Amino acid sequence: MKDRIRIASGQGFWGDLVDAPYHQVVRGPVDYVMMDYLAEVTMSIMQKQKLRDPNLGYARDLPNQIARMLPHIVEKNIRIITNGGGVNPLACRDAIFKAAKAAGVHNLRVGVVLGDDILQDLDRMLSEGIELRNMENDAPLSTIRERIVSANVYFGAMPIVKALQEGAHIVVTGRTTDTGLTLAPMIHEFGWASDDWDRLAAGTIAGHILECGGQSSGGNFLGDWKSVPDLARIGFPIAEAYPDGSVVITKHEGTGGLVSEATIKEQLLYEIGDPREYITPDCVADFTSIRLCSEGENRVRVFDVKGRPATEFYKVSASYSDGYSAVGMLTYAWPEAYEKARAADEILRARLTELGLTFEEIRTEYVGLTSCLGPLSTISDEINEVVLRVGVRGRNKEHVNRFGMEIVPLILTGPPSVTGFAGGRPKASEVIAYWPALLPKHAVAPTIHVEEC
Amino acid sequence: MALKRIRLIEIAHARSGDKGDAGNVGVIAREDRFYPVLVEHVTEEAVKRHFTDICFGPVERYELPNICALNFILHNTLGGGGTVSLKHDAQGKTLSSAMLRMEIEIDEHLLSQ
Repeated sequence: MKDRIRIASGQGFWGDLVDAPYHQVVRGPVDYVMMDYLAEVTMSIMQKQKLRDPNLGYARDLPNQIARMLPHIVEKNIRIITNGGGVNPLACRDAIFKAAKAAGVHNLRVGVVLGDDILQDLDRMLSEGIELRNMENDAPLSTIRERIVSANVYFGAMPIVKALQEGAHIVVTGRTTDTGLTLAPMIHEFGWASDDWDRLAAGTIAGHILECGGQSSGGNFLGDWKSVPDLARIGFPIAEAYPDGSVVITKHEGTGGLVSEATIKEQLLYEIGDPREYITPDCVADFTSIRLCSEGENRVRVFDVKGRPATEFYKVSASYSDGYSAVGMLTYAWPEAYEKARAADEILRARLTELGLTFEEIRTEYVGLTSCLGPLSTISDEINEVVLRVGVRGRNKEHVNRFGMEIVPLILTGPPSVTGFAGGRPKASEVIAYWPALLPKHAVAPTIHVEEC
Repeated sequence: MALKRIRLIEIAHARSGDKGDAGNVGVIAREDRFYPVLVEHVTEEAVKRHFTDICFGPVERYELPNICALNFILHNTLGGGGTVSLKHDAQGKTLSSAMLRMEIEIDEHLLSQ
């Protein structure tokens, strides 16, 4: 058994710094790179892409990113774990094989985790009495059945562990928890038992720290953002994991950014609910047990983590079509910029009313003035400019498009000193809403396929 | 005891994000000795009042004394949440800053220690 492994964070979302995973393998020693691509909305986008082209539906950046890393990961025996397979992990694997062949790399073993996509199983599940009630409002899934775009189970670390045991150099999954991508190599390397709740919780919390990339190594740091050196060359976080469950969060030497107790604390609190009940398919982690200790420059030890048994349920993330929306913006300049923008909003709303258009919501915000802080904002009389931002949402696509046709003419038929409409009329785009639910674990099983090119 | 009116940003930092239509705001003491001040002053009621016309649901508070931090869940805050919301900040990324504008009164000596 190794006495330490280094797991590097390579991507925090689909759209993150493209070169970050490459830098992780060339700027210093690592054993694993985890790359998280999947936000809640991402699966529905990928499902739509797959409907248009059955060879798509995964993070298209991924094969090229891996191709660039291949010579290094082969030479240094680095393994890659990613959920960038989206709704089409097999097509993603084939694209990786293609890229590997083009790079002259052979005998590359890629593991794929399948079974998370339950779109085709929904009717059977509903007929078996599995209601998939919305965790937020308790409504059964049957109320929106016809409008569903995607439905995926969040798997945890265990299917990835199995792929690693079968010798996969690269593991591609669909909807796996962000934390499972980091926990899996620890279970694999250190042989942790599936009921070793404290250690599983420790690896899960390390995963929570890595899953947003640079956000734990100095990015988006509100503590003292000016003190973070060289963000242009930010080093993504690395977890040095030990068999006892303790972890040191660090980054490569010579990179920018900052790993401190304060940056780690901010990331620990990111998007959590009850800190005693951080629920994953692998365990329930207790964030109130975590201890942190600075161990010199850009090194923070995370230890003493406690966990409890996993629940009997997987979380399901379904998405469904929920009407249309459009957003338009106009910039108003001094003098009386705010007054003009408010007058323009009134004129626009009067025209929408006169046309008999109906929306579920019309929302007006003033960017540069009140859009972030709302009623907490201070407003000066002498502002230089403000952006009027109006959005509408509704069932009727024609009405939403007509809103787009009404906002642009304000340039010539509203208050003066207005600019900023080079983009043309805003068009209606489909709103994809999110449906979180629970599924008994026995209702679905992951399958693992490891193949060599 | 002399009281001084300060903004929370002087003694705390924060990070926020979304959980459906709820915003989560983690508030962290800049020094451990400020943590009891946060526990005393940054209550569910005070936060609900501070976010009038922003947060339309209940506010829940959780304590993390191990890292001298509080976690708040602000229900019904993001205009329907994620992909449905028409808000410029649909993910509640700037709720952290908004939280740190809260004003509280603390013992002046505590600041100069």
